[in-house]
Amino acid sequence: MAKAKEMKLACNVIEQVEAICDKHGNKPGELINILHEAQSLHGYLPEEMQRIIARKLNIPASKVYGVVTFYSFFTMTPKGKHPISVCLGTACYVRGSEKLLEEIKRILNIEVGETTPDGKFSLDCLRCVGACGLAPVVTIGEKVYGRLQPKDVQKILEEVDN
Amino acid sequence: MKTLNFEDLIQFRKKAQADLNVRELSYAAVSEKSCGLAVGTEHIELLCCGGTGCKASSSAKIVENLKAAIEANGIAGKVDVIVTGCFGFCEKGPIVKVMPDNTFYTQVKPEDADEIVKEHVIGGRRVERLLYVDPKTQEHVSDSKHMDFYRKQKRVALRNCGFIDPENIAEYIARDGYAALSNALQNQTPEEVIDIIKKAGLRGRGGAGFPTGMKWGFARNYQAEHKYVVCNADEGDPGAFMDRSIMEGDPHSVIEAMALCGYCIGANEGLIYIRAEYPLAVHRLKIAIEQARQYGMLGKRIMGSEFDFDIEIRYGAGAFVCGEETALIHSMEGKRGEPTLKPPFPAESGYMGYPTNVNNVETLANVPIILTKGADWFASIGTEKSKGTKVFALAGKINNVGLIEVPMGTTLREIIYDIGGGVKNGKKFKAVQTGGPSGGCLTEKHLDIPIDYESLGAAGSMMGSGGMIVMDEDDCMVSVAKFYLEFTVGESCGKCTPCRIGNKRMLEILTRITEGKGTMDDIEHLKSLAATIKDTALCGLGQTSPNPVLSTIDNFYDEYVEHVKQHTCRAKQCKALLTYTVNPDKCKGCGACARNCPADAIMGDVRKPHVINPFKCIRCGMCQSRCRFDAIQIF
Repeated sequence: MAKAKEMKLACNVIEQVEAICDKHGNKPGELINILHEAQSLHGYLPEEMQRIIARKLNIPASKVYGVVTFYSFFTMTPKGKHPISVCLGTACYVRGSEKLLEEIKRILNIEVGETTPDGKFSLDCLRCVGACGLAPVVTIGEKVYGRLQPKDVQKILEEVDN
Repeated sequence: MKTLNFEDLIQFRKKAQADLNVRELSYAAVSEKSCGLAVGTEHIELLCCGGTGCKASSSAKIVENLKAAIEANGIAGKVDVIVTGCFGFCEKGPIVKVMPDNTFYTQVKPEDADEIVKEHVIGGRRVERLLYVDPKTQEHVSDSKHMDFYRKQKRVALRNCGFIDPENIAEYIARDGYAALSNALQNQTPEEVIDIIKKAGLRGRGGAGFPTGMKWGFARNYQAEHKYVVCNADEGDPGAFMDRSIMEGDPHSVIEAMALCGYCIGANEGLIYIRAEYPLAVHRLKIAIEQARQYGMLGKRIMGSEFDFDIEIRYGAGAFVCGEETALIHSMEGKRGEPTLKPPFPAESGYMGYPTNVNNVETLANVPIILTKGADWFASIGTEKSKGTKVFALAGKINNVGLIEVPMGTTLREIIYDIGGGVKNGKKFKAVQTGGPSGGCLTEKHLDIPIDYESLGAAGSMMGSGGMIVMDEDDCMVSVAKFYLEFTVGESCGKCTPCRIGNKRMLEILTRITEGKGTMDDIEHLKSLAATIKDTALCGLGQTSPNPVLSTIDNFYDEYVEHVKQHTCRAKQCKALLTYTVNPDKCKGCGACARNCPADAIMGDVRKPHVINPFKCIRCGMCQSRCRFDAIQIF
């Protein structure tokens, strides 16, 4: 939170977020749809943006914050250039996705939910992308990598980085 | 285009059916003859799976290459490439099916497209190397009907998945689509439709198994200015993907069923609550809704009748608890997805306080076919109390991972060994987990029970949404219980104390046990905590969350005791209980382990056996994955 406070949103971003709220009639019932659009616009939902949305919808900022932190899809930290998600659905878990996760953490030296200092990679877990036939699965950006073993990880990260 | 009325729909269907004949006929009578333009076939269709799983294996590129090859060979007018929904056999994906000879190509790569076109389509010779090989006979099988994976399946909810182009409403209409809606609007009262659903014995496929007809009846009985039909497409159970596949492969069946439900309960507005993690399903639903509007299957005065109905999509944002209907409704209202106490049930006071009927995707997909084929037909499938079929997502340590649909009453043995082809790599079967985080682990002794809502419940598990994960001797059941509890703790909304705090305490105990620090009292504490949580939690998520723990204690008590008393994990999964050593007889002294050890715990001279320092070893397993001589042993 402390970090988010220091940042200032660009004027055009503020205008665009306000436009999203207007488009949805500034209705509190549309909060989740508004947050989806705001996040796809800006990549994440910093505190300042939540305050703008709260003001537009005429609801307490705590309510917006409550919703943002309730749902795992919403994030308050910027993602890396290449967001990595390790599937920890049951099918992937029993085929060893936890070991993949350990290996990625070790190589990038970050924990789940963090971004590398150079902003290149961020690491998250997700539950089932539905590609259980390819388990264990890791997604980097839009691309799905299936049937991975820990020893494949280094090469893939280097490939993506280049 | 002009919207269709009842009469137009019949005419439109006739024309659409003629267009679909290549596929329908090949399904009816499989031709064993080789097939291709060379032997006089006039029209060939290449069906390519466009589900999420196959798309991840570049099926879009395959489609592109097939089209290019068709163009390059100058046969564009005679051959069509059609992107369908999921065929179900994900293990062997991406799949390309050639019609009318019904050839089933497996694990196709983009570079195979040219050969399929030149050899099969033009030359009439099957590409043998891409055919499925029967693991028992080692023979090539060219047609899905003769594969064990498909033989015991009965496709009702998945009837159109992998058969029609989900982005083309005409193909759905050709398969008797919107016939049930048209008939209901013309000839049946809402009560009559509800009666048919009741008689058919359809029960909710989302997990709890509540009778669908009865649910519709309740919602009909409440009078209000607005009423809502909600489709619960928030498939959160990790390892289950049937709802996604239905929406990707046959979205119109869900739309038609929602309109039928609206007609029955007196609602004019429908909402689909779908996970934002399913972009392809969202895309296909949007196209389907738009097409349904254009053709007059949604909107004002549907097919010229007095009935108005339209559908909007609402997005979830990643919260498992939103699968619970009251939580789902709060989420649609833009709030935190916290459940509330029932009653009042959504049928009385749901979305925005109005009467609301919530059904899950698979349940809805069954509705149109029940109405076209009749209640008796549906009720003739299945067991006494569980009618029809159930779709399962078969995954884990099993040879044939995929999406399957079987009549209720099929045994676990038939599913795992006949359809699933047995446990992967010849390992020993240990357990099968059904019902996801709310279900339990079943063992060898449960393999012959006929699967239905009651029998799974009696065995300590539940139907759930239909995830079915097979585990082998390498899976530690204490870790599996811990895995599910980590999930529940992470997904608990925090509203009620038993779930928020009770599950956390259970997770702490399980963590202690997996680290070899547990006591026998801990196991008893787990049991009593579990009983309290089951009795006192507010919603379904909390009440069922102890199931994975209880069922593993029941069925694998010895493993818990081993962790506690002997500090060993027989599956070698619990890191804290493992000791890594080098087998000096196998070690060649290559140094690969020492170079890659992140903890600098391995020492030794070149070409001489190395040793692992147990005090430095962090048990990451890196040495084992790098050793080419199988010299790293784990005790």
